[in-house]
Parts: sequence; C-alpha cells; structure tokens
Amino acid sequence: MSAQYEMLDREVAQGFRQRFSQFREHRPHLFLLALMVIVPLFFMDLVTWVTLTVSGLAMGLMLFIMASGMTLTFGLMSVLNLGHGAFISLGAFSGATVIVFWMGDLAGSGSLGATMLALLAAFVFAMAVAGSLGLLFERFVIRPVYGDHLKQILVTVGGAIIIMELIHVIWGPNEIPVPRPNLLRGAVILDDAVPLIGGVAVETYRLAAVLLGLLVYAVMSWVIDRTKAGILIRAGVESTEMVEVMGYRIKLLFLGVFIAGSALAGLGGAMWSMYQEIITAHMGETLMISVIVVIILGGLGSIKGCFYGAILVGLINLYVGYLAPVFAAIATVGLMVAILMWRPQGLIPVIKV
Amino acid sequence: MLNTILSGDYPRSRILSVLLVAIFICLALGPFLFSGTRAFTTLGMICIFIVVVASYDVMLGYTHIVSFAHTMFFGIGAYAVAMAIGAMGSSFSAIGLGVLAAVLAATALALLLGMLSLRVKAIFFALVTLAVAFAFMSLVNQLYTITGGEDGLRVRVPRELGPAFRLIESDLYGFSITTFLSGLFTQPWNLGEVIRESVYNVRVNGRVVMYYVCFFFSLGMFLLMLRMMNSPFGRVLQAIRENEFRAEALGYRTVYYRTATVVLAAVVTALAGVLFALFNRYVNPENTLDFELMVFILLMCVIGGMGTMYGAVVGATLFLLAENYLQDLLRVIGGLVDGVPLVSGLVGPERWLLWFGVLFVLSVYFFPKGMVGQLRVWADARRRRRETG
Repeated sequence: MSAQYEMLDREVAQGFRQRFSQFREHRPHLFLLALMVIVPLFFMDLVTWVTLTVSGLAMGLMLFIMASGMTLTFGLMSVLNLGHGAFISLGAFSGATVIVFWMGDLAGSGSLGATMLALLAAFVFAMAVAGSLGLLFERFVIRPVYGDHLKQILVTVGGAIIIMELIHVIWGPNEIPVPRPNLLRGAVILDDAVPLIGGVAVETYRLAAVLLGLLVYAVMSWVIDRTKAGILIRAGVESTEMVEVMGYRIKLLFLGVFIAGSALAGLGGAMWSMYQEIITAHMGETLMISVIVVIILGGLGSIKGCFYGAILVGLINLYVGYLAPVFAAIATVGLMVAILMWRPQGLIPVIKV
Repeated sequence: MLNTILSGDYPRSRILSVLLVAIFICLALGPFLFSGTRAFTTLGMICIFIVVVASYDVMLGYTHIVSFAHTMFFGIGAYAVAMAIGAMGSSFSAIGLGVLAAVLAATALALLLGMLSLRVKAIFFALVTLAVAFAFMSLVNQLYTITGGEDGLRVRVPRELGPAFRLIESDLYGFSITTFLSGLFTQPWNLGEVIRESVYNVRVNGRVVMYYVCFFFSLGMFLLMLRMMNSPFGRVLQAIRENEFRAEALGYRTVYYRTATVVLAAVVTALAGVLFALFNRYVNPENTLDFELMVFILLMCVIGGMGTMYGAVVGATLFLLAENYLQDLLRVIGGLVDGVPLVSGLVGPERWLLWFGVLFVLSVYFFPKGMVGQLRVWADARRRRRETG
C-alpha cells in the first residue's frame, strides 16, 4: 500500500502553519469535513446547526449506502453503471410494497417488535429484489460490454429506461405515498436543561437512518478490511490482472460485488422512500446526480472516500438548503467542481483513472 | 456539384440514399404533403432535432466524448430567446439579442466544461456534465421570477412568424399523402375521388415561414457539419476517437481539438434551441432541459448510427415519428390483447419508451454502428460480392 510510503515521506511538522498544510494535504477528507461543519456555525444558531448536522448526516449516510456499490463496481472492473439509479427506484418501490401493502398493520401497530419486523422485511425484500435484478443486469446487459466505456454508458442508460418502464408497468405511473411506521414518526427533543443545545429536535427517522448507515459502513469496512473477499476486492481495485494471475476468478468476484452493490442501492432506496414519504419511478434519476457527485468527490473505487464524500454532500445540501434553498443543487455540484479543481483524483483516490 | 454539397461523403448505400431523399422531399415540401397541426409540429421538430442530434454526433460519434449536458445548451438557446423577447417585446432585434446571448453563454459554459474535463479523464466528462446539467436545470426551476419555473415561458414571436401574417394572400394547394395512401388501400376502385379528397388548402402564413426558416437552418447546419467532419479537422477528431494517445504522438493537441468539439456542438445546439423556442412558442424545463430529453437525443444518435452525419437524420426522423405515432400503433395492438393482465400492461400506448429502450440496448449489441452503419456494411458486402462473383 502506498500509505506506508507516505508515512515514511512525511517529515516532522514544524510550526502551526506547516502542520496545518500537511493536515490539508494528507487528510483532505477530514480537512474538508471540518471546514464544512465549522463554516455554517457563523451563519446560524447552535440549535439549528445541530438539527441540520444530524439531518445532513442521515442524508449523507443514505447516499453512502446507495453510492458504495457504484464506486466499487467502477473500481473493480472499471464498469460505469449509469443504470444504478434504477436500482434505487426499484428498491424504494419494493420496500414500500412491503411497508404499505403487505405489512401495513405491523408497521402501523406502534410496538417495537412489530415495527422492527416490518422494517426488516421491507429492507430484506428491497435488497433481494434489487440484488437479483443486479444478477440479471450483470449477466445480460453489462457482461457483453466489458472494457468498453462508451458502450457501458449506452447500455446501462438503456437498461435504466427499461427498468423504469417496468416499474411503471408493475406499480403504475402514479407516485405512491409511503407513511413511516408509527414508531418512527415525530421527533426526539432534547431537554431544555441541557446546556447550549437544549431544545434540539431531531426527527426519529433521521436518527434511525444515521444508526443504520453507520452500521452498514462498519460492516462494509469490516468486510473490506478483514475478510478474504475484502482483500481480493481491494487487490482487484488496485490491479485486476494481478488477482487473475494469482488464480482467482475476478469475474465471479465482480459479479458478487455487483449484486451486493445493487442490493445496497435497493436498501438505500427503501430507506429514502420513508425519508421522503413519497416515491416516483424517477426518484432514482434525481438521486443519481448526488450519487455521481459522491463518487467523484470520494475518488472512484474508494469506500472510505465514498463515505466522506456522501457525508459532505448530505451536509452541504442541508446547510445550503436552510440558508438559501434556491442554491441547494448548485451547491452540491459546485462542491464537486471545486474539489475537481483542487484534487482531480478525488479525496481518497484508490485507482488511477 | 453534388460532390461539393455533400463534401464527398455519400450515403454509400442504395437503401440509405432512397431513405434520405425521401426524408428530404418530405421535409422540403412538408406543409404541402401532410395536413394537420400535429404533422406540422412533428415536421418542424424533426428539422430542429436533426441539427441537435447531428451536433451531438460530432461529440459522441466522431470524437467519443460522452456528454450529458447537450440539453443544457439546447435550453440555453431556447431560454435566451424567450427571455430576450419577454424583456424587449416581440421584435427581430430581441431575437437577435437572444441569439447573441445564447451563443456567448453556450461558448462560455462549454469552455468551462472543457477546461474541467482537461483536468480529469474522459470518463469523468460524462459524469461531470450530467451533474452540471442537473444543477442548471434545478437553477432554472428555482429562479422562477426570471425563468417562469416549471410553468415555463410563452414566447411571443414577431407577427411575421405568427399565424396572423400572410406571405401570399391566396391559398396554395397541398396534396395529403396520408389521405391518398389510406384511400388507395381502402377504396382503390374510385381513385379519382381519393385524389380529389387528398387535395387541401394551405394557408401560407407566418407559421409556414417559420417552418421554412427551421428547414433551411437545418439543411445548412447539417451540410456545414458534414463539411467539417470531412475536413482535416474532422479527420483529427476521428483519429482522437480511434487512438487518442497516437493522435497526440502525431503532434495534435488533442485537448484543443476536444474542447473545440465541445464548443462547436454547444453553439450549434444553442442555435437549434433558439429555433425551437420560436417554433414551439413555449419553453419550459420539461421540453428543453429534462434528462429524459437528453436520453432521447442519445437514443436518436445511437439508433441512427454514431459517427455518420446521416445517422442523425435517420435517427431523429425515426424517433420523432415513433414518439408521435408509435403510441397509436401500440394502442391498436393493445386493443387486440386487451384483458390479458400483464401483456396488456406491456403493450399499452404509454409503454412505447419501454420498447424503444429494448430496441436501443439490442442495437448497441448487435448493430453498434446504428442503422446507417449497418446499411453501409450490407452495401459494402453486396459490392464485394458483385466484384468477386
């Protein structure tokens, strides 16, 4: 890993300025995150800031779940799947089917166990549907066009159209409202007695989303860092040929990653459906923009970069959405443009593209 | 003469030549061959979108630059003229100002995008343009005080281009092909009656003038781009497409050429957007900036044939006809299988895009050169067979 060489290269920092610029160069993700969190403090009061930050984290973590699959498939096999958004929509619709139509009673009952059961069923179903479609998608749409970016872009856009039209066929063209389970409605309000941030109100669902997102990140980091499959994935991202030379079937590994990535997109979509409380077949397209910004920010192929990129996008969306709602989308893309100017390779680059 | 006009780039396939001549005649005599407003609008859209798709093909087909910001430039043109007319009233000087603003804005933004893409690899360009185009659309949606938001803007065209203006006082006669053909098949016994029915009156008003402005703009732009793609400049673009590294090694600044391509495509599309606003007389984000429209342009370009200017003509014509009339066909088929639950859902009239998506994916796999490319391949094979056999 190049990180070790970097450690050797690093000189002992002298003085605050040098240490600061070193921090900026070596840990750009933390530097940006700190900047992103601190600057808005000057424009709003603390209570609002806490609420927005938690909401931004929730949005960011959901984006991370959606984007992680896309960044890995690109890193591993250099496959650019522009149909990823369709999997998000599909997951949202599948999850909503369970929550609204099949287990509506359980979700509305208000008891913890029943709610958990309904949510779990919804998430598992969303992941299963998106994952199995991912299998078909990889085998029939993407496999014939390995190694040809132009054709990948074309067929995945075409595939996304087909999936979206199928969603229209199955669920109808209208948007579907998705009420949150009773237990996740309302907000958690901090007691006024707490110093400084007393009276902060955070929606329960956003807190739950943050927890679930962190859990997914933890599991994913564990898989990537500690398991054999994770080592192979990391090795594959760095050099596909070397992994093949060692006798591993990279295409099978890629298939697994693609299915997992699609399933995660489905999970993200299901979470998003309850966050927005309304779903349309085109929601994936809109989210796709944020996903693209996230993976460009993080550096293609990097899970950690994707995580920080997603949080940055979530935070800037919420902060700017509060301060100047007109410019929320512009700010996201502006962030991307600024980062591309500063570090064209992204925050935590893994592969050289 | 023909060699000069077509820049030596002939269709090189008999079927394609026939198809192109047919399209040319239909568009040239458009208002006199097809009656009704729907056909009139479709014809105008075909003229405009031939330019849009051809300029997209300059990027996608000739240079292999995938851009998703083409609708953004189209929208810049449309909104520039709509806003100029809104601010200055309907006059030709307002249109002129709109054109100027559109060209300047498109050039500036394209340069900016080009600069950005210089810093990153080609694959990023697709992603960056997608994000930028989305940001632009959301900005247009949000700044509703200037742009009208989702409601869009009505374009009050000058009187000379509106329906009230008469170029020639007396009506001319048109001959409706569709009526004639349907009559020919349903009641061939009284041909005279059919022919008499097919003749209809054409009022040569400002709308027809506007149509011919679009037509000649389309023709001129198409031939201009055909000329450019068959010039040394176009050859360099194709060299970049085939092997960028090698083109650079031969001494061409590929970065300049790529940026020039992006700017060229942007300006041409912005001009097409201006005409769209004037022809359609209504501009909103959905009909100029939507991501779906971008996908449609991509579809037209790929199905017609990438890297061949003629592909843009065939692709745009076919797609717009399908968009407007395939629904009718599907409605007929849908009537046949009505009652079968899933099948009737699949062939419903609003599902035409599904079938176009399937057609698109299949054509990328099996006919990667598109219709024009495939016709040329067949024509070549035929020629070779005749030479050897």
